[in-house]
Amino acid sequence: MQIARVIGNVVSTIKNGGLFARKLMVIQSLDADLRPTGRPLVAIDSVGAGVGELVFWCRGKEASFPFEGSEVPTDCTIVGIIDSENHVRTLSSKGEAR
Amino acid sequence: MILARVLGNVVATQKNRRYDETRIMLVQPVNPDGTPRGASMLALDSVDSGEGDLVLVIQDGWSASTAVTGEIGAAIDSAIVGVVDTVEVEAQREQ
Repeated sequence: MQIARVIGNVVSTIKNGGLFARKLMVIQSLDADLRPTGRPLVAIDSVGAGVGELVFWCRGKEASFPFEGSEVPTDCTIVGIIDSENHVRTLSSKGEAR
Repeated sequence: MILARVLGNVVATQKNRRYDETRIMLVQPVNPDGTPRGASMLALDSVDSGEGDLVLVIQDGWSASTAVTGEIGAAIDSAIVGVVDTVEVEAQREQ
């Protein structure tokens, strides 16, 4: 799982049936200091995340587990919204405001 | 999932039987702005995509296998699961 920022969304009309009515977001993964790391990905949203929000996402087969009961083909799903940047606490950030 | 541009397809007569009646597409991964990134790759089609289409590609065996064949256990690790209409990205924030 990784921290990411939601930076946009994707619209797709023709898609696999398992993706029907699912929200597709563009995310940029971040490191522990909340700096961008790696290239943007497209993720399915399972928690109601919006553009600009700090989230975390899950990869692999497990990414389809939040949609239990339906077969959703995904390898990247947003599974949590981080309350704020101040709620990412690391040893180096302790005691200093972001 | 990653965004990719469909470059074309490949034809293989001799292949694993689970690939029967599938379309094997050659795709180039791209950034949200459409610029190419990394090496081109193969992905099986599940949505009737065509050359030039911007598509969504999953890179996970379980999802790719169920999306393309309807069953798990096929030796497939990448599948096209959507044809993209639009991509909207807000200006990158400065950290």
